[in-house]
Amino acid sequence: MKRIAKYLKGYKKEIVLAPLFKMLEATFELFVPLVVAAMIDIGIANGDKIYIIKMAILLVVLGMVGLISSVTAQYFSAKAACGFAAKLRNGLFEAIQGMSFTGIDKAGTSTLINRMTTDVNQMQTGVNLLLRLFLRSPFIVFGAMIMAFTIDVKAAFVFAVAIPALSILVFSVMLLTIPLYEKVQKQLDTLLSRTRENLTGVRVIRAFGKEQEETEEFIAQNRIYTKLQIYTGKIAAFMNPGTYVVLNIAIVVLIYIGGRQVDSGVLKQGQVVALYNYMSQILVELIKLVNLIITVTKSVACAKRAGGLFAMAEDEKEKERAQKGKIQGTAKVVFEHAALVYKNGGEEALTDIDFSVQSGETVGIIGGTGSGKSSLVHLIPNFYTATKGRVLVDGIDVADYPAAQLRDKVGIVMQKAVLFKGTIRENLLWGNKNAGDDMLMAAIEKAQAADILEKKENGLDEMVEQEGRNLSGGQRQRFSIARALVKNPEILILDDSASALDYATDAALRKALRSLENTTVFIVSQRTSSIMHADKIIVLDDGKIAGIGRHEELLRSCEVYQEIYASQFKQGEEAAG
Amino acid sequence: MKNNKNKTWKQIFQYVSHYKIRLCLSLICALVTVVLTLYVPILTGRAIDCIIGAGKVDFAEMGKIILQILICVAVTSLAQWGMSICNNHITYHVVNDIRREAFEKIEHLPLSFIDRHATGEIVSKLITDVAQFADGLLMGFTQLFTGVLTIIGTLGFMMFLNPKIALVVVCVTPLSLLVAKFISGRTYHLFLKQSELRAEQTGFIDEMVGNLKTVKAYQHESENMEHFRNINERLEKASLDATFYSSITNPATRFVNNVVYAGVGLTGALSVLSGSLSVGQLSSFLNYANQYTKPFNEISGVLTELQNALACAERVFGLTEEAEELPDAKDAKVLEKCSGKIELNRVSFSYVPHKKLIENLNLSVDPGQHIAIVGPTGCGKTTLINLLMRFYDVNEGAVCVDDIDLRNCTRHSLRRNYGMVLQETWLKAGSIKENISFGKPEATMAEVVEAAKKAHADGFIRRLPEGYDTVIGEDGGMLSQGQKQLLCIARIMLCHPPMLILDEATSSIDTRTELKIQDAFGKLMKGRTSFIVAHRLSTIKEADRILVMKDGNIIEQGNHQELLKQNGFYAALYQSQFAI
Repeated sequence: MKRIAKYLKGYKKEIVLAPLFKMLEATFELFVPLVVAAMIDIGIANGDKIYIIKMAILLVVLGMVGLISSVTAQYFSAKAACGFAAKLRNGLFEAIQGMSFTGIDKAGTSTLINRMTTDVNQMQTGVNLLLRLFLRSPFIVFGAMIMAFTIDVKAAFVFAVAIPALSILVFSVMLLTIPLYEKVQKQLDTLLSRTRENLTGVRVIRAFGKEQEETEEFIAQNRIYTKLQIYTGKIAAFMNPGTYVVLNIAIVVLIYIGGRQVDSGVLKQGQVVALYNYMSQILVELIKLVNLIITVTKSVACAKRAGGLFAMAEDEKEKERAQKGKIQGTAKVVFEHAALVYKNGGEEALTDIDFSVQSGETVGIIGGTGSGKSSLVHLIPNFYTATKGRVLVDGIDVADYPAAQLRDKVGIVMQKAVLFKGTIRENLLWGNKNAGDDMLMAAIEKAQAADILEKKENGLDEMVEQEGRNLSGGQRQRFSIARALVKNPEILILDDSASALDYATDAALRKALRSLENTTVFIVSQRTSSIMHADKIIVLDDGKIAGIGRHEELLRSCEVYQEIYASQFKQGEEAAG
Repeated sequence: MKNNKNKTWKQIFQYVSHYKIRLCLSLICALVTVVLTLYVPILTGRAIDCIIGAGKVDFAEMGKIILQILICVAVTSLAQWGMSICNNHITYHVVNDIRREAFEKIEHLPLSFIDRHATGEIVSKLITDVAQFADGLLMGFTQLFTGVLTIIGTLGFMMFLNPKIALVVVCVTPLSLLVAKFISGRTYHLFLKQSELRAEQTGFIDEMVGNLKTVKAYQHESENMEHFRNINERLEKASLDATFYSSITNPATRFVNNVVYAGVGLTGALSVLSGSLSVGQLSSFLNYANQYTKPFNEISGVLTELQNALACAERVFGLTEEAEELPDAKDAKVLEKCSGKIELNRVSFSYVPHKKLIENLNLSVDPGQHIAIVGPTGCGKTTLINLLMRFYDVNEGAVCVDDIDLRNCTRHSLRRNYGMVLQETWLKAGSIKENISFGKPEATMAEVVEAAKKAHADGFIRRLPEGYDTVIGEDGGMLSQGQKQLLCIARIMLCHPPMLILDEATSSIDTRTELKIQDAFGKLMKGRTSFIVAHRLSTIKEADRILVMKDGNIIEQGNHQELLKQNGFYAALYQSQFAI
C-alpha cells in the first residue's frame, strides 16, 4: 500500500483542499436544522413573519456558499484522482518494463494488463470519492452528534449509542467483503486471458472447429464470475437495511426521550424537531458513507493487486550497476562452465558450457529442438543469469554490467520476430534513434528487405500494424534483422531468425553479414547451410556441448553434427548429383 | 448521436427484459420501500405533535405511533434487502449475458475483422467497458427506481398534507431537472472520449507488455515510457474533464434542493402562523423536502454515471453488432470424411479492394495428392491457405472440395476435414495433455502419449516438472518455439483428418527431429490430400506437385524433377541452398 500511496504525494494541496472545502460545505449544512429550529421556536412562536423570511433567505445563502465550496472541492478531488491514476499507471508501466525476463515469464501478460487498466480505474474512482466524502460524512455524523449535545445532553446520548452501533455494522460488512472483491477481480483476470487467447488463436480454434467448446468454457468461467459477484453483493446488501433499522430505532427512542424532556420543561418542541433533523441528516450521510466504503473496499482490493505488481517487479528487477570499462587483450565473449536452470524449469537447460570467441568471429550454433540454443545466446545480453559459472563480455562478467551498457553492445533478433505499431522507419529507429535514412536503407539492404520496401507505397513511411501483423512472417524477420543492424552492435545475435526465409534470401543475408567487419556474430540455426561457413560451430545436444570446431572438423569428429548434416544434405546431393 | 443513445438504451432494455420477474419483484420492493419510507416521517410528525409543551405530552398516543413506526421500519428494511438482491441478480446476469454474447460474437466474427483490430482493443471492450457498464447499471437500478418513485410518492403525500406548499415544491422542481439534463448532455461525449483513450492505451500496453522481451533487447524502455506518458497525459486530461464536469451535477442540484427547502420552510412557517398547519406537519414537510430533493440529487448522480455506462455499452454493442461471418447456408451440406478432391476455379481474391493479390487462379488437386507450395514471402501462400480453410471467402470464382462449393457446406464440417499446423504456434493456457487433445477431447491418455511420441514431443514432455499434466501459461510460457511446434504437431497427430495443411509446420524444429517427424507425417499423409508450405526444399521434394507462386500467381508447377528441368525460378531457388 505504501508503494501506492507514494503516487498521491504530488497532490498534497488537492488532498488537503478537497476535503476541506467539502467540510466547509458540510458545516453550512449543519446550520440548517438550527435555522429551522429558530424559525419554529422564535418565528412561529412569536408570529414574526419578517424573522421567518430572514431565516428563509439565510437558508438560501447557506446553500449558495455550500455550492461554491462543493464545486471547488469536486475540482480538487477530480484533479487529484485523475492525476494519481495517471502517475500510478506511469509507475506501473515503468515497473513492468524494469522486470527481468524471469519476472515476465512468471507474471503473464493478462494480469499485467488488467492491473494497469481496470484496477487503476477502480482506484481512481476510489480516490475521487474518498477525497470528497471521507471527511464530509464522518464530519456530518459527528457534527450532528455534537450539535445534538449542545441542544440536550440526555437526548444526545441516543446519538452516542447509535453511532458506534452503526460503525460496527458498517465495518463488519466491509471486512467480510474485501477479500471477496479480491476474488472477483482475480476471476476477471481469467476472463481477460480467455478472451485474449481466443483472439490470438482464432485460426487454430476455427480450424479445429472448437468455437462451441471455447464459448462454453468462457460461459462457465463467466458464470463463476457472476456467482462471485452476486454472493459478494448479497453480503453488501445487508448494509443499507441494517443502517435504516438502527437509525429509525434511534429516532423512536429520541422522540420518546425528547417527549419526556419537553414534558418536564427542559426542551421545547422545535428543539425536538432539530434533534430529529440531525438524526435524519445522519441517515442521509450514512447511506453515502456506505457507498463510499463499498467503493473504497473495491479500490483497496485493487490497490493490493497493483501493489503486488510493484512488489513482483521489485523482486524481479534488473539490478543497477556501475559503468564498466573494457579489459584489453581478452576474448570478446567467454563462457566459463556456465549452466542455467530456469526458475520453474526443473532440470538444467544448459550444462557446463565452456568456450570463447574472439572479436569479429562468426559463431554458428546448431542443435535439436530444446537443446538449449536460445538459452545459450540469451545468457550473453544477460536476459537470464547463469546459475553456475560465468559469461564474460570484453573480460567482464555480464551480470556486473549495467543492463543498458551491455545491451548497447549486443543486437539480438529474437526467434519470434515482432514489429510494433508505427511506420517502418519508426520501427527501425528502435536500433538507433539518430540513424539517418541512408543508414536505415543500408541496413534494409543488408537484411535483404529492400525488395519488400520497394513494393510498399509509402516506403519507409508505410504503416506497420500492432505486432507487425500486416506483414508476413518472413517480412517481419527481415525487418527485425534490419532493426538489429541499424544498431551497429559489437555483438550480433540471430536467434533462428531466418527460419521463414527461403534459401536464396538466407544465403544472400549471410553474405551481407560477412561484410560486417568488427561485429562478432552468433547465428543460431537449424540449417547446416546457414552455419557451415562459421569460424566456429557449437553443436548442442540436450543442453550440453556435443562438439566445437569448424565444419570439416565436426564432420569428422562429431557424431551429432554428422547426423544433422546428413539429414539435410544427403538426399539433396544425390538429387543434385 | 441522439439516435445512437436511444438505440443503446433500447438494446439495454432488451437485455434487462429477460429478467422480468425479478424486475417486477424489485419494483414492488422499491414501491413498498418508498411508500413506507415516506409514511414514517408522517408518523414521526404525529409523534412530535404529541409533544406540545411542559406537562402536555400525550405518552399513550405516542406509544401507539411508535409501535406503528417500528412495524413500518421492519417491513421497509426487508423490502430494501429484497430489492438489493433482485438488482444484484439482474445487473450481474445482464452483464453476464452481454459478455457472453460479445464472446460468442468473437467466435463468429470474420477473420478480416480480427486481423484488422488490435487484440487489446477488443479485450478492453469485453473486460473494462463491460465492467464500467455494470457499475452504472447497478447504480441505475438501485437509485433510479427508488428515486423516481420517491419523487412521485413525496408529491402525493405533500398534496395530501397541504396542497399549497406542495405547489411551491412542484414549481421549483423543473429547475433541478434542467440543471441535471444540461450537465449530463454535455458530459456524454467527454466520457466517450475517455473510453476511447482507455482503449488506445490498453492496445499499447497489450502490444508492449506482450513483447516486452524485444522491447528490452532494444533498450526501448524510455521511448516506450515517453509514448505511454503521452497517451497517459491525454487520458488524464480527458478523465479530469469527464470527472469534474459530471461531478458539478451533484452540488448544482443540491443547491436547487436547498432553495426548495428554504421555500418549504418559508411557506410552511407562514402556514403554521395562519393555522393551516401544525408544527409536526411542518417537520414532516421539511423532511419530505429533503427526501424529495435527495432523489433528484441521486438521479442526477446516476445520470452522469449512466452517461459513462452508456458510452461503454455503446462500444460493446458496437462489437456485438459487427457483421458476422456469412452464416452457413440453410441447405449447407455437412462434409463427412471427404475424399480430398480440391478444385480452384478462376479464383480472385484480395484483402483490400484496390490492391489485387490473387487473380484468376485455377488449380485442381486429385484425392491423396501432396501439393507443396513454394515462393518468396508475400507471394500468397498463406492467403491460399486462408481460402482453402475458408477463413476468407473468395471475391470471384469458387473453391470446391469433392465438387461442392465451399460456400455450400458448413464451415465447421469443412474445417474438421483439415488438419492444420501453422508456423505461428498457438497453445492454450492449460495442461500439455489438454493441448494435445484439443481437437479430440475424448482421447484417452494412451492416445495422447501415442500422438506425442509420433510428434517426438514425448521426450521433452516427460522432462517437464509434471509431465503431461504440466500447466503451460499463456502463449506457451517457457516452452521454446520448437517445443511449441512439436505440441501443435502432436495435436494434429491425434486427429487423423482427411486433408492436411502444413504451413511452415516444422520451421523451428531441428532437422534431425524433423526427419523423424516427416516420417510420421508421411504415414499420416498417406492417401490424404495435403498442402505443404516450406522453405526447406528437402521437405517438399517428395511432393506430387510443387506450385511455385509469385505475386499471387502460380508461375511454375510440376514435380521436382520436371521443375529442375524447366530450369526456371524453382531451379534457381533449389541451387541457392547449396550455394554459399
